[in-house]
Amino acid sequence: MLQYIIKRLLLLPLLLFIFSVFSFVIIQAPPGDFVTAYIAELATSGSSMDQAQIDALRQLYGLDQPMHIQYLKWIGRILRGDMGVSLDWQRPITQLIGERLLLTVALGAFTFGFTWVVAIPIGILSATRQYSFLDYFFTVFNYFGVATPTFMTALVLMWLAFSYFGISVTGLFSPEYVDAPWTWGRVLDLLKHLWLPAVILGLDGTARLARVMRANLLDELKKPYMEMARAKGLSEFRLVLKYPVRLALNPLVSTIGWYLPLLFSGSVIVATVMNLPTIGPMLLRALTSQDMFLAGSIILVYCCLAIIGTLLSDILLVWLDPRIRMEAS
Amino acid sequence: MTVSPDSPVMAPTPDDKRPLPTNGEVAVSLAGLVEDAEAIYVAPNWKLVWWRFKRHRLALISGVVLIAVTIVALFPEFFSTQDPNQTSATKSFIPVQAVHFFDEGRLRPYVYGVQGQRNPASLRMEWQIDEATRIPVRFFAKGYEYELLGFIPTNIHFLGVASPEAEEAIHLLGTDRLGRDQWSRLMHGSQVSLSIGLVAVFMSIFFGILLGGISGYFGGLADLVIQRLIEILQSLPPIPIWMALTAAMPRDWSVQQVYFAITVILSLIGWTTLGREVRGRFLALREEDFVVAAQLAGCSQMRVIFRHMVPTFTSHIIATSTLAIPVMIINETFLSFLGLGLRPPAISWGVLLQEAQNLQSIVLAPWLLLPGLAVIITVLALNILGDGLRDAADPYA
Repeated sequence: MLQYIIKRLLLLPLLLFIFSVFSFVIIQAPPGDFVTAYIAELATSGSSMDQAQIDALRQLYGLDQPMHIQYLKWIGRILRGDMGVSLDWQRPITQLIGERLLLTVALGAFTFGFTWVVAIPIGILSATRQYSFLDYFFTVFNYFGVATPTFMTALVLMWLAFSYFGISVTGLFSPEYVDAPWTWGRVLDLLKHLWLPAVILGLDGTARLARVMRANLLDELKKPYMEMARAKGLSEFRLVLKYPVRLALNPLVSTIGWYLPLLFSGSVIVATVMNLPTIGPMLLRALTSQDMFLAGSIILVYCCLAIIGTLLSDILLVWLDPRIRMEAS
Repeated sequence: MTVSPDSPVMAPTPDDKRPLPTNGEVAVSLAGLVEDAEAIYVAPNWKLVWWRFKRHRLALISGVVLIAVTIVALFPEFFSTQDPNQTSATKSFIPVQAVHFFDEGRLRPYVYGVQGQRNPASLRMEWQIDEATRIPVRFFAKGYEYELLGFIPTNIHFLGVASPEAEEAIHLLGTDRLGRDQWSRLMHGSQVSLSIGLVAVFMSIFFGILLGGISGYFGGLADLVIQRLIEILQSLPPIPIWMALTAAMPRDWSVQQVYFAITVILSLIGWTTLGREVRGRFLALREEDFVVAAQLAGCSQMRVIFRHMVPTFTSHIIATSTLAIPVMIINETFLSFLGLGLRPPAISWGVLLQEAQNLQSIVLAPWLLLPGLAVIITVLALNILGDGLRDAADPYA
C-alpha cells in the first residue's frame, strides 16, 4: 500500500511542473509584460515612474532575461510563498487568494459531502426497487440534473427566493459578518448561506453518482451470494447494506478522482452568479481585466486543488479495496 | 457491468427500461419466428441496431425533438419574426406575447398587443399586456427580407404579423435590454450552439480515434505517453483552463476565428474520454481471431485497422459521441455566459443567457431566462438519444 502511494506521490512533481508551465504560459499570453501593464495602470491614475524605477522593477521580475530564466524566477518566488502583486487590486496575490481559499475549499467539501449523502441512498433505493415509481422519478430527476446548466438552477432559485420571500441569497455572509473576524457567529452564518450554493453545485454530480451507484448495485444484486444469504435467513435490509452496497461503493470511490476537479471547476460559475467570495469570480475578473499574474496564480491553485483531490481518491481507494492493494505490492 | 467513470451520463444497464413485449407481440413473433430468425441472421449490423433502438420509446421521441431543433438551426431566418440584431431603444424589455391559436372557437391565431408607459420614478419603460388590442398573426407570413440557406432570397417566415404594413411587431419571447426580439435571437442562437457542439465533437472524435488508436494498437512507449497525457488532461479542472484559454484569444479576432478557436479549446480536453474508449477497444480486438487472420492473410496495417477493426466499434463511437455533444453545448453556454466565449454580435444560447446574468435583470425581465429552456430541452434529448444508442450499439449482446 505504501509503495502504491509513494508511486503516486512521485508523479506529483511532474504534474506540478506541467501545470506551473501552463500557468506561466497564461501569464505571458497577452502582449506586453507586467511592467508595461503596471506603467499603464499608473498612468490611468495620474502618477508615473522614472526610468530608474522601471529598470529596477524589470530587474526584480527578471523581465530583461530569457523566458526560461523568467519562469525559474517566478516559480522560485512561488515556492517561497510570493506570487507577486495583483495589478487590479494593488495587493499581494498570496494574500488575496489566501483570504478566499478557505471558503473555496469549504464550498467544495460541503458540496462533495452533500453529493455523497444524497446520491448513495438514491442509488440504493432505485436499484433495490427497480422499475418502481421511485426509480422512474429519480431517473427523470437525474436526466434533468445533468441537463440543467448550474447557473440556470442558481438564477432560477435566486429569482424565486427574491420574488416570493423577498430575500437575497447571494454571498456567503450576512452583511454584518462580511468583514468580521472569525467567530462562532460567523461560522454559523457561513453555514446558513453555504448550503444553497452547495446544493446547486452538487445537483449535477448527485445525478451522475446516483446513476453509477444504481448500475453498480444492480450488477451486485444479481449475484448468487445474494440468494445464499437469503436462504440462510438474513434480513433483506441487513443483507443489502452489508454486502452488495459495500462492493458497489468501490467504483464510486474511484469517481472522486474525476469528480473533484469537475466540482472545483463548476464552482467558478455558481460562485460568479451567486457572488460568492471564492477564487472563482476573482479568476473571471482577473481574466477580463488582464490581471495575468493573478489569473495564472489562481489557475495554479485550481490545478493543485484538483491534484490533491485525485491523490485523496487514490489513497482512499487503496485503503478500501484490498484487490488494488495486492496488485500494487 | 461497471459504468466507465468518465462517460458524460451514466447509461442504464442494457436491460434497463426496455418495455417487455406484451403477450400479443410474443404470439406474433412466435408465429413469424422462422422468417424472423432468417431476417435477423442476414440483417446487416445497422439494421440490428435500428431494431433495437426502435424499442426505446423515449429515445425515439428525443430523436424527433432533435430533428425539429436541427431544422430550426438550419433555417433560423425562416423561423424568426424579426431581424435578430435590430435594436430599438423604445422597445426594451417588452414581456412575452404568447400566441393564442383559437379566436372564438376558430383557428385564427393572434397575440395581445402591449401598452408602454414610462415610469416617472425610474424613467424606465413599463409594459402592460393590452387585452383590448389583438394583433392577428399567421403562418408563412411575409416579413423582413433574407436569404434562405444563404442564397435563396425570400421574405416568407414561419410565423408573422398578418399585415406586415402595420407598425406592430410581435415578440413571442419578449425583448431584451436593447429591444431586440428574443425569439428571433433564440432561433439564430440555436444554429451556433448546435453547430459548435457538433464541430467540437467531430474534432474530439478525430483526436480520440487517432491518439486512442495509436495507443491501443501499437502499445509500448506510445501507449504510456498517451495514457499519461490523458491522465493529466483529465485531472485538470476544465472550466478555469477554458476560461484562461479563451481569455487569451486576441480581442480583434473575427467571429469566425473565435468560433473555431472555441471548438478547438473545447475538444482539447474532450477527446480524452473517446481516446480511452477507443484504446480499450483496440486492446481487446488486437487479440481477436479475425484480426490475426487478417494480418496473416497479408493485409496492410491500415487495412487491418480501418477495414477490420474500426467497423466493429463504429456504433459505440457514434453513441459515445452523441453523449459528448450535450457536454460541449453546455460548456459553450458556460463560457459565453461568463462573457469569455462567443462575443456579440455573434448569437448563441450562452450569449443570450448572458443578458440574464444577475438578479436585477431577471427580476426586471424574467423572460430573459427562457433561452435556458432551449438548452435544457436540447441537452436532455441528446442525452436520452445517446443512452438509447448506447444500449442499441451492441446488437449481439
